[in-house]
Amino acid sequence: MRKSDIFLRFILVNLALMGVIFFHARAKTEAHLPRLQQVGRMVEQLQLTDLCLTTEAWHTRNPSQADWHTPFQTHPLALEHFPSGAIVRPPESMRKPHAPVD
Amino acid sequence: MRRWIEKQRCLLDFTLSSLLRRKGKNIALAVVYTLIVFTLASVMMFTQALKKEASLILRETPEILVQKLAAGRHDLIPLSYASRIGQIRGVAEVKGRLWGYYFDPVMGANYTVMVSEDPSLDEGEILVGKGISRLRQVYKSNILSFRGCDGNYLAFKIKGTFEAESEIIASDLVLCSESDFRRLFGTPGGYATDLTVKVKNRKEIPTIAAKILQILPDTRPIRRDEILRTYDAVFDWRGGILLAVLAGAVLAFIIFAWDRAAGLSAEERREIGILKAIGWETADVLQMKFWEGLTISLSSFLLGILLAYGHVHFFSAGLFEPVLKGWSVLYPKFKLVPYVDPYQVATLFFFTVMPYTVATIVPSWRAATIDPDSVMRY
Repeated sequence: MRKSDIFLRFILVNLALMGVIFFHARAKTEAHLPRLQQVGRMVEQLQLTDLCLTTEAWHTRNPSQADWHTPFQTHPLALEHFPSGAIVRPPESMRKPHAPVD
Repeated sequence: MRRWIEKQRCLLDFTLSSLLRRKGKNIALAVVYTLIVFTLASVMMFTQALKKEASLILRETPEILVQKLAAGRHDLIPLSYASRIGQIRGVAEVKGRLWGYYFDPVMGANYTVMVSEDPSLDEGEILVGKGISRLRQVYKSNILSFRGCDGNYLAFKIKGTFEAESEIIASDLVLCSESDFRRLFGTPGGYATDLTVKVKNRKEIPTIAAKILQILPDTRPIRRDEILRTYDAVFDWRGGILLAVLAGAVLAFIIFAWDRAAGLSAEERREIGILKAIGWETADVLQMKFWEGLTISLSSFLLGILLAYGHVHFFSAGLFEPVLKGWSVLYPKFKLVPYVDPYQVATLFFFTVMPYTVATIVPSWRAATIDPDSVMRY
């Protein structure tokens, strides 16, 4: 078999698998719908506001509810030190700049 | 057309043989290339899936949440505020929410304790998330003790655990009765952690939030769309910061690939010279180099994307887990809804395959346009 045939077949198989990915994602989304609806009902019933992705710090457990000072608990000049705090930043509302002072 | 296809196949045959002659170098390049695409695509797919999950799940979150601020910090809110908010036209219902964090010194884990409105949950009974059950090895009908604000331990009977499907929202959740919550944290009667507001017409949410701020200036209303936007921003940034961390690796790869693709070796120059000398046109040489660039970049791109999908959706993004987990003792187990954005895949293709392919052509064009004799002597 020619080398080009082997290569083209390899690319075709990969492209077919790429197509499978899109179909798999769509099919799985439909399969996940009952779970998502169930979890959504629970969110409504318990009036929850955040996903439980990381539980190490308050502001990364409930990013939408954290108060202005939470990421700087240790002392006023402390840099954020939780590992997940390095990737979960404080919410938009907390990052509004203060009024200009000069 | 057929002739053209046959010519391209011949060029591809030649290109593959040429690449195989420098097997070691090219395989190393393809492996690094694949790894870079894999990492970038993993970050992209993981953040997309998290955003999708958050947008689907948090659609039912309270329409407006009202927090009281004292000296810029979140404080307990008097329930009397609820009646004042209830008087705003368009407000359907205002409820107090009681919730807080409990640090478990036994395991060093943080739990979220919340009051349930479920009347079947009696005093002394709790419902716990799967994460807590797994961590403390406690199950239905077991007793779990929490240290109260007065230093005394309060024992609770576990009425049940939340289903595994809900881990993404309730893994660390403890649901208890109102009296138990107030005893545990010493929250005085007449106060709640925050208030939830239901409005009659969703279009009026921003107006009502503004009115709340007007009549209660010491509060912070958080709208549902702000919560959803927070997640959008958090995950966008999450993706961004991971990409920033990866930037060093990506830059190293770019230098490596550029050097590999743009700087022709003496052997490659000689090869071009010989091809020209035996009658190849400049266009043929360029086409051959195009195939060379495409062979490596397209194979690496496709393999990288496939591996990234497997990593994120079949192995639950295991490589990112240590970052997300951080110092968390309690970590939820969850499977994300697979989501692949064709636009993002196309963007990744454009930024990975195109530059490399182009970078291989330019120096070859330079070598192919000069006299074969001088190229061979070089």
